Amino acid sequence: MTQYLVLTYTADVDWTAPEQAGELSEYQKFGIDHAAQIQAAAVLHPTSTATVVRVEGARGGQVVTTDGPYAETKEALTGYYLVEAENLEEAIAIASELPAAWNGAVEVRPVIQAR
Amino acid sequence: MYDVIAETVRIEGTRILATLIRTVGDVQLAEDAVQDATLAALRAWPATGIPPEPRAWLTVTARRKAIDILRRERARADKERAGTELVELTQSALESPETVQDDLLRLIFTCCHPTLSPPTRVALALRTLCGLSPAAIADVMLTSEAATAKRLTRARQKIAAANIPYRVPPAAELADRLPAVCAVIHSLYTSGHAPATGEAAYDVDLCTEAIRLAELLHGLLPEQPMPSAVLALLLLTEARRPARLDAAGDVVTLDLQDRTLWDAAAISRGIALLNDSLERSGRQADPYQLQAAIAAEHARAPAYSITDWREIVRLYALLLSVAPTPAAKLAHAVATAEADGPSAGLALLEHQEGARTHAVRADLLARLQRYAEAIDELSNAEPATAAERRHHERRMQDFSRRSSCRGRC
Repeated sequence: MTQYLVLTYTADVDWTAPEQAGELSEYQKFGIDHAAQIQAAAVLHPTSTATVVRVEGARGGQVVTTDGPYAETKEALTGYYLVEAENLEEAIAIASELPAAWNGAVEVRPVIQAR
Repeated sequence: MYDVIAETVRIEGTRILATLIRTVGDVQLAEDAVQDATLAALRAWPATGIPPEPRAWLTVTARRKAIDILRRERARADKERAGTELVELTQSALESPETVQDDLLRLIFTCCHPTLSPPTRVALALRTLCGLSPAAIADVMLTSEAATAKRLTRARQKIAAANIPYRVPPAAELADRLPAVCAVIHSLYTSGHAPATGEAAYDVDLCTEAIRLAELLHGLLPEQPMPSAVLALLLLTEARRPARLDAAGDVVTLDLQDRTLWDAAAISRGIALLNDSLERSGRQADPYQLQAAIAAEHARAPAYSITDWREIVRLYALLLSVAPTPAAKLAHAVATAEADGPSAGLALLEHQEGARTHAVRADLLARLQRYAEAIDELSNAEPATAAERRHHERRMQDFSRRSSCRGRC
């Protein structure tokens, strides 16, 4: 078995807004359908709530923060799932059921296993 | 003698690699072990001669090398590999031919996995299925050896880390997965047949490799229409190869080729394979079947002047409806010019770009005795190979001569 981080990239939406309720319920259904494989998951607040943190020079240097996301793109990181699957093909089959796969894009990344 | 040994080692090496990858579950480790075994063979065999069963010799040696590598890894770090691999490696029995065939298919489908980029698939196929060195692959793919090595390393890392399964797709997915495999084989052949740069007009080795892989895939999946169509296309194209260059190494265009030089056996086998492929696929013809049908149409014509251009135009129109590539558009225009005259061909090339488009437009303009425009077009066509450059220069001189006597000579 291999662990994959499944990242959803979609329009930068506020999932707490009432108009998102319909789509959010599709994600909840996905979560129930794949409960056995999903080990962790999170839905994120919109990127307008994000803060980028940098430390100047080296450790202990001045902490500099910027308002907003790290990269301005049309599709924003809106959530993630930690999934355990037999292999990449199974992980792709699971990821392709996420609404983000047709509303945006889903990135599937293998997780380095602790030894 | 050395060439025979090197060839045996390279081809048998691929077969044992496929099985070793399954046994050790690691592409890199299996490649290292096979590499060690082939080096040992290249050192030993010139003195001892090729053993009666070279594959058995290489298998046993590669397994021993793999065990050495696994033991060394274990001793170095506390990287605990499953002991099952060592147990399986120390088994003395050789795999049955069926297992070797299955393993080869697994290797083919893994190298051509849709989650790898198309150039990575080609590079992996050349490395693991053809046994070419990174330097040779870099030559073929028009890149540097360092870039090729990096690409291969990343591919092996992805296969291992992302856990791309080492298996033949289930029957239901086979139709979806075969196009990627066939595309790799076809692009190997086309890059061998018409390299984008370089001195030689084509690289014989790569064409041979592509045909070998096409034979292999067809042999492994004889019921599947797409691999038969690819093999048919390659054989029908390759059949004309002896006539494509003259003694000086210059390109001979189809209209001027000596058709007695064409390989009749390859043509009849190609046509039989194409017919078989068409019979097996009930649905719409795929691009390989259509291209093979076009090649077959040329192969059937005893002379250029009695080519069935209507049928070829019809086939290109079908091809454009399923795979509208620039090369197909160009060929469609050329066939149309033959069927309905140069003006009809030129009309199809309006607003089209590309070096070959300019060269074709130049030829069609010359046929309409519009030599000044033809010279203009040809000077915009950037020749890719030295042979092509010489061909352009000859055309250019011909056009200027005709232009100065206004078509009266």
